Amino acid sequence: MKKYLFVAALMLGATGENISDLTAAEPGKQLWTQMHMQKKLGKQVSCASCHTADLKQAGEHLRTGKRIEPMALSVNPERLTDPAKVEKWFRRNCKWTWGRECTAQEKQQIMAMMKAS
Amino acid sequence: MTLKTKQKRVLGMVLFAGCVGLSLSTLAWSDGDAWYEHDREEHEHAEGGFYGNTSDVPMITNAAYKTECSACHFAYPAGLLPERSWLSVMNNLENHFGENAELDPETQATITRYLQGHAADRIPNRFSRSILRSIRPDQAPLRITETSYFEHKHREVPDRMVRGNDKVRSFSNCLSCHSMADKGVFDEDSVRIPGFGRWED
Ligand code: HEC
Ligand code: HEC
Ligand code: HEC
Repeated sequence: MKKYLFVAALMLGATGENISDLTAAEPGKQLWTQMHMQKKLGKQVSCASCHTADLKQAGEHLRTGKRIEPMALSVNPERLTDPAKVEKWFRRNCKWTWGRECTAQEKQQIMAMMKAS
Repeated sequence: MTLKTKQKRVLGMVLFAGCVGLSLSTLAWSDGDAWYEHDREEHEHAEGGFYGNTSDVPMITNAAYKTECSACHFAYPAGLLPERSWLSVMNNLENHFGENAELDPETQATITRYLQGHAADRIPNRFSRSILRSIRPDQAPLRITETSYFEHKHREVPDRMVRGNDKVRSFSNCLSCHSMADKGVFDEDSVRIPGFGRWED
């Protein structure tokens, strides 16, 4: 009996997490495609400019054309596995794309979207 | 100063003297002869003893360099720019050709050391030497593509194959045309321009 309770608790926990991921994923999508003026480039850009709007697809660096592996964890399980790497790219890409660092909440929403995609 | 650092210094001095000797002998060959008209055979001959297959630029061996500097473009071989150029590149990563390529100080130092040790003025490779000779000693270009050696070698490649070519976009994307650039190979024979195929002179 104890065993069943434990499994039930696990399942609840898992769905609980999925629900909060899904609700956080929506604002993540908006942030992802929101256009900002990149002054040095003289063009409007978003995160999707390099990573594409469909996170399951591979992207392309918008200046060099170099392939960027998909961002969705379902097709690229290596994403979000190295915290130092994640932080480094949030810092660089938010500054470059939005002209400022992303807030902790924005990062949360974007990561939720990557997990849910 | 400990004994070890002393030994290192002496070793450094010997190496440095070797480099000076080498570059002097290079100058001696090229005397009166334009750098770009150099006979390939002569070079390969002279270099045979050093690196075996020396018409190729040595492959990249440093893990930090490989990971960090290949994220946005292919990792350029260190032997294609002199030490002074790499130092300027590495000291301006926050504003890197309009991009932010900041690193933590430790990684930055590791990569800088690697590039310094393998720069064009440190290795006896024919492309490295030709590039070096095409740069004035008081200049430290940040781009390989801005050296006159590079410009000379690519003067016959029309703009429609580069900027007008969605699969290339800019000369900085060596690997899109030099299909074996990631192995350090830049020979004309290995050139495949996307949408145009082999390069026929
Ligand atoms: C100019 C192109 C470009 C733009 C625009 C861009 N990125 Fe990136 N991003 C990259 C590159 C290149 C990498 C590193 C290569 C890789 O990991 O495949 C990367 C990696 C990342 C990573 C690392 C993920 C991991 O765990 O591997 C995150 C997170 C990220 N980007 C988020 C963003 C966000 C958020 C935005 C918008 C604010 C954005 N990017 C805009 C090019 C870009
Ligand atoms: C965030 C993306 C990014 C990262 C990371 C990055 N670069 Fe670059 N780099 C660029 C862009 C963009 C260009 C310009 C390409 C163009 O003009 O087509 C460039 C150009 C260069 C050039 C000049 C190429 C030429 O001859 O035209 C060199 C040299 C260079 N990078 C070295 C480095 C080194 C060394 C590192 C690692 C410390 C590095 N890059 C990391 C984006 C990046
Ligand atoms: C648009 C395609 C293209 C790009 C991009 C390109 N090259 Fe080339 N490259 C060529 C062609 C074509 C030749 C041969 C030109 C000729 O002989 O007329 C060549 C020749 C060379 C040579 C001389 C080869 C020899 O055997 O003498 C070197 C070295 C070289 N390229 C280096 C580079 C480097 C380094 C980059 C990137 C910074 C680069 N190239 C980018 C097309 C390209």
